[in-house]
Amino acid sequence: MFGMNRSRSKPARYGLLSLLRGGFNGQRHWTPILNEPETPDRHYDVVIIGGGGHGLATAHYLAANHGITRVCVIERGWIGGGNTGRNTTVIRSNYFFPESAALYDLSLRLYEGLSRALEYNIMFSQRGMWMLAHDRHGMEMLHRSASAMLLNGVDAELHDGAGVRGRIPGLNPAPRFPIVGGLLQPRGGTARHDAVAWAYARAASRAGVHVLQNTEVTGLAQAGGRVVGVKTSRGDLSCDRVVAAVAGHSSVLANMAGLRLPIQSFALQAFVSEPVKPCLDTVLLSPATGIYLSQSDKGEIVLGAGLDLFISYAQRGSLPMMEQAAAGAIELFPQFSRLRFLRQWAGICDVVHDSSPILDESELAGLHFNCGWGTGGFKAIPAGGWLTAHHVATGEAHAIARPFGFSRFPTGAMIDEAAASGIAH
Amino acid sequence: MLEINCPWCGPRPEAEFRCGGEIPIIRPTPDCTDREWAAYLHERTNPKGMHRERWLHVLGCGMWIAAIRSTINHHITRTGPLAAPHDEASS
Repeated sequence: MFGMNRSRSKPARYGLLSLLRGGFNGQRHWTPILNEPETPDRHYDVVIIGGGGHGLATAHYLAANHGITRVCVIERGWIGGGNTGRNTTVIRSNYFFPESAALYDLSLRLYEGLSRALEYNIMFSQRGMWMLAHDRHGMEMLHRSASAMLLNGVDAELHDGAGVRGRIPGLNPAPRFPIVGGLLQPRGGTARHDAVAWAYARAASRAGVHVLQNTEVTGLAQAGGRVVGVKTSRGDLSCDRVVAAVAGHSSVLANMAGLRLPIQSFALQAFVSEPVKPCLDTVLLSPATGIYLSQSDKGEIVLGAGLDLFISYAQRGSLPMMEQAAAGAIELFPQFSRLRFLRQWAGICDVVHDSSPILDESELAGLHFNCGWGTGGFKAIPAGGWLTAHHVATGEAHAIARPFGFSRFPTGAMIDEAAASGIAH
Repeated sequence: MLEINCPWCGPRPEAEFRCGGEIPIIRPTPDCTDREWAAYLHERTNPKGMHRERWLHVLGCGMWIAAIRSTINHHITRTGPLAAPHDEASS
């Protein structure tokens, strides 16, 4: 409503005036926000496969940063219904390598201004993100992480056990795995994941981008060694470039182009409990007990488990991981043992060996991939979209995205966050 | 919970096993290109459908076994001994 980037001639569509004016005719003046044509155009400059956060953000930044609006986003289900709506909504940039810090901190900075930039409240709450250490060695790793973060220009605070307990009331006073200390990233936090997808979809729609839901991609059209179109359940579209932002299904899509990706798809599950009174005002990650948890605005305790380490396209998790997550939560907060879970679900994560994403044009010219985010794609949505749009529009990878190309696999220049920042999966 | 039929121990719960990923993955000869070596190290079929994979019965007999499993519904159609890690015919 009070966004500085709005032109003065246009009254705010969702402002108070609009609401008052609508009051005279029963609020019947609202129109659908998604630009969903009955029949898609024959040709687009860019077709984006995947209407999740990364796909929609790519569409938005193609329009907003590069003026490319003949764009179509194709989504098999409904927008934001895949991993964008299945994560635990954590946003952070506490990585180890400078390349990762640049990438994820760009994302965090974009998130900080996103509600205003898109005129849509994504409920980004910078409530801090804690990583706990339960032994001396864990504490040494946190020291190392904190130093790396500070060197990379990312905010970090190291606290001892008493410091952690002073900031997080309700922690188990006598846990089996003692809480020796914690690393806090104060700018970390959570956001409303659906709102992120909807905000980008609305912004892209306003710019003229088409969004096709319930439309499945069945193949890619190639000519002269490059991709020239997309075959869908609603007909064939021709296009100059294709962006694949399909997370766990990246290998399936690559297969349509005859490519093999350095990706394996694993199920990652999460849970929410019944809503309770506010009792946890931060995000907590305890690698040793295999658990991360936070409390949603509705009061539900949001709980994330580890990956099932076998390939899966079934959006459900296994019982052993569920049991481990519950045990970890009760270890940290014994009072949560009486909470009843309301929902359990899983998302299919596209995991690369070095736990770093792939942002690059593939061997098939014109086919770009924004994939490999593994278990942490939500936090990277603004950066993933921003950098992919840059590559598609300019033909050159952005400096921040360059280390995350396909070339790192044959050269061996991996960005091994799997080891460096102790990503448990 | 998956129930995996170990050829040596019979049907056992998933928690006793660790998945070793796709088979066969054949190591190229040392004179291969960097691209071929990267493909060997990192690239996987990762199919949505039937998957040939090996499992280690880590909390059981300690043997590697071969399995054919659907990655869509996790149904295991076949398990058998894995004679050699690269023996494609063993599954």
